[in-house]
Amino acid sequence: MQERFISLFKETLEMEGKNVQPGDLFREYEEWDSMGQLSLIAMIDEEYDVVIEGKKFQEIQTIAQLVEAIELEKTK
Amino acid sequence: MSLYNPFLLTDKTILVTGASSGIGKAIAIECSKMGANVIITGRDQNRLKETFSLLQGEGNLQLIADFSTTEGINSFVEKLPDLNGVVHAAGIIKRLPLKFINEKALNELMQTNLYAPALLTQQLYKKKKLIDKSSIVFISSIAASFSSIGNIMYMASKGALNSLCKGIAFELSRNGIRVNSVLPGMVQTNLTKVITEQEIQDDIKRYPLGRYGKPEEIAYAAVYLLSDTTQWMTGSLLTIDGGITLR
Ligand SMILES: NC(=O)c1ccc[n+]([C@@H]2O[C@H](COP(=O)([O-])OP(=O)(O)OC[C@H]3O[C@@H](n4cnc5c(N)ncnc54)[C@H](OP(=O)(O)O)[C@@H]3O)[C@@H](O)[C@H]2O)c1
Repeated sequence: MQERFISLFKETLEMEGKNVQPGDLFREYEEWDSMGQLSLIAMIDEEYDVVIEGKKFQEIQTIAQLVEAIELEKTK
Repeated sequence: MSLYNPFLLTDKTILVTGASSGIGKAIAIECSKMGANVIITGRDQNRLKETFSLLQGEGNLQLIADFSTTEGINSFVEKLPDLNGVVHAAGIIKRLPLKFINEKALNELMQTNLYAPALLTQQLYKKKKLIDKSSIVFISSIAASFSSIGNIMYMASKGALNSLCKGIAFELSRNGIRVNSVLPGMVQTNLTKVITEQEIQDDIKRYPLGRYGKPEEIAYAAVYLLSDTTQWMTGSLLTIDGGITLR
């Protein structure tokens, strides 16, 4: 799950070829901006059928936490 | 003696769509305060009831309708009395970057923001619900020609709505019916709750007049366009945006 997510994440933020780790604070990437955020939320909706609500999304800091949040929503 | 007020809507019957929330709700309330009999419509019964309870006067009516299908629109029109004015305020937004737009999302947006006002206006006209000198108002958006992140589909729907407005204005001028649009900038309503508080605060800083709009500030423009003061005005796109498009 995590591996696939990281690959989708890189594709979405156009970060192919860059080093992305589960513990990374993704908001600190230079590629991160409001378009990136919108794209990421849209990707998660499309690929995992999960909608992460805005407020909750703001609390998420790392890639690993993103994966956790998706898994949590999936088991609901 | 009563004060001179050329903007009164006394004895006019006005239909307001999207009246269960936000801008449509404010329009319905202001029209009722200006003396109109208001017919309000929306999908959500509780929210519509709430708007209804805030209307002034006795001649108002509430009708639940869903404009996501042509049948929904047609059967709604059957229930209506003759009208002096219509305000199309029902609308939805969905932000998706180009890579993620899709047919389903496009259809939903176009149906509510473009097809519904087009087909509703057609039915009102064909069924002769619009009496002489009536006024049609579309609530469009500055987004028709002002880009913001991920707003492609909504922008397209409002751009097309502006063209629709001008087309209908031209055709119905023969009947003395005038057709105009209001193009708001950001107004805080349910529609805008999709972004976070921080994003809102940052965005507000870009507005020359220093804040977002209030629903009433759009409603007053609708009152103006519905009143007899604008009998010689048609096909206009009236921007109300705190100056944001000056940038
Ligand atoms: N808020 C802004 O910043 C802003 C700026 C520019 C333009 N506008 C435009 O202003 C209009 C009103 O927006 P708002 O901010 O007041 O939005 P809102 O608070 O979300 O209200 C939208 C209204 O549209 C109705 N509606 C949506 N889909 C419908 C459908 N399929 N059938 C029937 N009714 C439907 C809703 O009814 P139910 O809830 O009962 O379903 C609700 O009454 C929209 O056209 C919007 O594009 C808004």
